[in-house]
Amino acid sequence: MNALARLRPTHLTSTGIVYLVLVLVLVLGAVITAAAGRNFFSTGNISAILTGTSILGFIAIGQTLVILAGSLDLSVPYVASLASLLGGVTMAGQTCNIPLAVITALGVAALIGLVSGLVVAYLHVHGFIATLGMGLILSGYLGTNFKGSAGSAPRDFRLIGALNIGPVPLSTIIMLVCAVLVILLLRRTRVGHHLYAVGGSKDVARLSGVRTQPPIVLAHVLCSVLAGMAGLLLLARLSVGSPTIGTQGGYDLMSIAAVVLGGTVLAGGKGNILGTLGGVAIFAVMDNVMGVMQLNAFLQDVVRGLVIVLAVAVYARRNADLRPARFDRSRAPRHTPAPTTAGSAA
Amino acid sequence: MTSNDAVAPTASTPTQPVLRATGLTKRFFGNPVLEDVTLELHPGQVHGLVGENGAGKSTLMKVLAGVHQPDEGTVEIDGQAQQFSHPIQAQQAGLSTVFQEFNLLPDRTVAENIYLGREPRRGPLVDTAAMRRDTSELLDGLGVTGLDPDRTVRSLSVAEQQIVEIAKAVSYDSRIISMDEPTAALADHEVELLYAIIRRLLDRDVAILYVSHRLKEIFDLCDTITVLKDGQQVTTQPASELDEGALVRLMVGREMSAFFPQPTPGTEVGEPLLTLSGSGNGYVDGVDLTLRAGEIVGLAGLQGSGRTELVESIFGVTPLTRGTLTLDGETTMISSPRQAIRRGLALITEDRKAKGLALGQSVLDNALGVVRSVFPGRTGEARTSMPGVLSSLEVAARSLDQEVQFLSGGNQQKVVLARWLSVDPRVMLMDEPTRGIDVGAKHAIYELMRGLAADGVGILMVSSELPEVIGMSDRILVMRDGRLAGDLPRGATEEDVLALATGADEHEEVVA
Ligand SMILES: Nc1ncnc2c1ncn2[C@@H]1O[C@H](COP(=O)(O)OP(=O)(O)OP(=O)(O)O)[C@@H](O)[C@H]1O
Ligand SMILES: [Mg+2]
Repeated sequence: MNALARLRPTHLTSTGIVYLVLVLVLVLGAVITAAAGRNFFSTGNISAILTGTSILGFIAIGQTLVILAGSLDLSVPYVASLASLLGGVTMAGQTCNIPLAVITALGVAALIGLVSGLVVAYLHVHGFIATLGMGLILSGYLGTNFKGSAGSAPRDFRLIGALNIGPVPLSTIIMLVCAVLVILLLRRTRVGHHLYAVGGSKDVARLSGVRTQPPIVLAHVLCSVLAGMAGLLLLARLSVGSPTIGTQGGYDLMSIAAVVLGGTVLAGGKGNILGTLGGVAIFAVMDNVMGVMQLNAFLQDVVRGLVIVLAVAVYARRNADLRPARFDRSRAPRHTPAPTTAGSAA
Repeated sequence: MTSNDAVAPTASTPTQPVLRATGLTKRFFGNPVLEDVTLELHPGQVHGLVGENGAGKSTLMKVLAGVHQPDEGTVEIDGQAQQFSHPIQAQQAGLSTVFQEFNLLPDRTVAENIYLGREPRRGPLVDTAAMRRDTSELLDGLGVTGLDPDRTVRSLSVAEQQIVEIAKAVSYDSRIISMDEPTAALADHEVELLYAIIRRLLDRDVAILYVSHRLKEIFDLCDTITVLKDGQQVTTQPASELDEGALVRLMVGREMSAFFPQPTPGTEVGEPLLTLSGSGNGYVDGVDLTLRAGEIVGLAGLQGSGRTELVESIFGVTPLTRGTLTLDGETTMISSPRQAIRRGLALITEDRKAKGLALGQSVLDNALGVVRSVFPGRTGEARTSMPGVLSSLEVAARSLDQEVQFLSGGNQQKVVLARWLSVDPRVMLMDEPTRGIDVGAKHAIYELMRGLAADGVGILMVSSELPEVIGMSDRILVMRDGRLAGDLPRGATEEDVLALATGADEHEEVVA
């Protein structure tokens, strides 16, 4: 961390730090992998890492939106599971059913997000509670209606999970396209600007004439749809839908962790998608390297936990002293006489 | 205050009022805060609104702006009755407001803040380039230079933030602009900038409703003055018929004696309490100063000259890294506010909302906050004396259990004072202690400061109001660019202070 502090120029943004950490993790990863006698930068390994980013990437992009709006979404793993099931069952192994299946899965996901969003925006229930409730409802529904995996994805649909363009998996490309669209939404549309405003301060937004509900609802809908896309991608990989696939991945907390690791403020109003992508990539690289090292699952979690806490501590420190220093420390001695004995200077 | 050509108050010409409020009454939880207030605003004129803290000035503005709805009474704009249920409706009807509270998003840029809610678009997308360009033009048009539209508001000084708020209100092109204490965070030379902005607005026939506790501004700017007291309209008169004395009498309801109390006879400036020599850190440098028991030392300087940084450094917020600090004759280090408080220091912060108060907690809890966390043993004692302290400061609250967020701005500031008085500090660092405080209470605070000094407390007071610095200080230190530019004795003039603050008089520099 010390080396990092020295590296960083004073005006480095938090997204800058995220990518600096990513580079650091990449270098460490390459060294460790090389020590284990393998090539970190082999096409196969790069592709494996990128594959690792896509599912968490979808969910974390959505999570960034709700967190920026001052809310939170804990129902994403259940939405992903439900989408995988709905998609799989509707496809029933037939290529011609793919469009209908995708529309059904994403439509239901959007509806779930709409309900959560309306509850948060109009009933003033915090997103934490609203989506915790929504998650419980979905989990109950999944538990009673699906005893195990169901449905099946046709070969054409499975290609989405298997196809690579060069070393880059198709799923990652789709995820990145979504990221670009969301970035455009946040930077270049009114509702995107208002989403930051509502997350920063509802009062200020209101007094500036912003209707505070639509951005919150939109964030929840998009987050849910993106979770649904993650579910469909899981379906493409596993070729069956599963009621537990989302919870197994721990995507609720992992996505929040990735968002925070990416420099977005948990209280809302500050952050961006680029940072989140960096956070997701850091996790993917770490997972890959820990896999190569054959670290046990418990230790892997310890490492992830440490990284999250350390990262947030670094951001907190930076926010504490945002004011630029007037007197550079290295230059200081020139102005100051050597401290003399304690005496009155008047 | 640097006297300058004021906006010439013209005798009110019989124009058609652009806004007429009749019989406005507003109650909060059954308590009347405004009672039967009637007001007319005319194009090209400034209507001043004065009164003590809690008199209802901000409430009146919020009712006009559609933040609160009146319980009784009507508002007409251009003769048409209006009922605003949301501030945006008031804006659309041509009325915009600079609120007393901080009203910007700290993590968004200047341009994003100014155009929030009406971002310019090209096709479906926000035209960020146009937004930036328009912001620059707007700021240029107001005579504001050197404010990059791309900077985040958090990185701006308090004064710059205030200017952004004013620019935002102006940018709506409204015909009526109300400003609630727009100068509270501005230093004197920045007030000139606001005057210039207001002059431009008046040329465009805008009507302005103006709240301030600085009476000089009221007389410089206003054509008509309305005095509120406890929610009642005491009078509305042409400014030319009033003078400061009369206005203060109307506001406070009694005669005020000499405004700045003199040192109590027999107060002796005693031993040095706090001595800095060659002290500095990232924000200040080479500071030599001595604060003695019983002494009030003023710390003057332009906005951004490092005054706040200096008191915060002494208090351990951003600890000093160079030089020596001597407290009660003992060389020591203060590395955190907690340590500072334990050693008998107190800091009344400039920015009470961000650093001074827990808004959701009660008056009493806020007032006891510091004692509780640093001297838990003394809480009981402080709890008994607190009601007395609060009433001596004339805090207008319904009860001690009222949440601080529902107090008027000035009363919040008094609660901040109370919480520090309760720890019996030996050294008080006060950063703009009377910002947003009405004349009556200001006087009370000045007397309190003198009383503390007579008890042997040393006070270092930062203030942007030159009359206050000059009237209250036994000695004035002037800062410039993070260093002490000089030391002036009692009796210095505003010109002396300004010369040091701006560096206009290099040869007169005296190193403390
Ligand atoms: N939302 C609210 N709920 C309850 N009481 C309120 C509310 N807003 C204001 N008040 C009360 O109304 C009274 C008038 O407050 P207001 O803010 O209008 O005073 P002011 O004249 O602006 O004072 P200052 O000079 O200190 O800003 C105060 O006693 C305050 O406690
Ligand atoms: Mg007020």
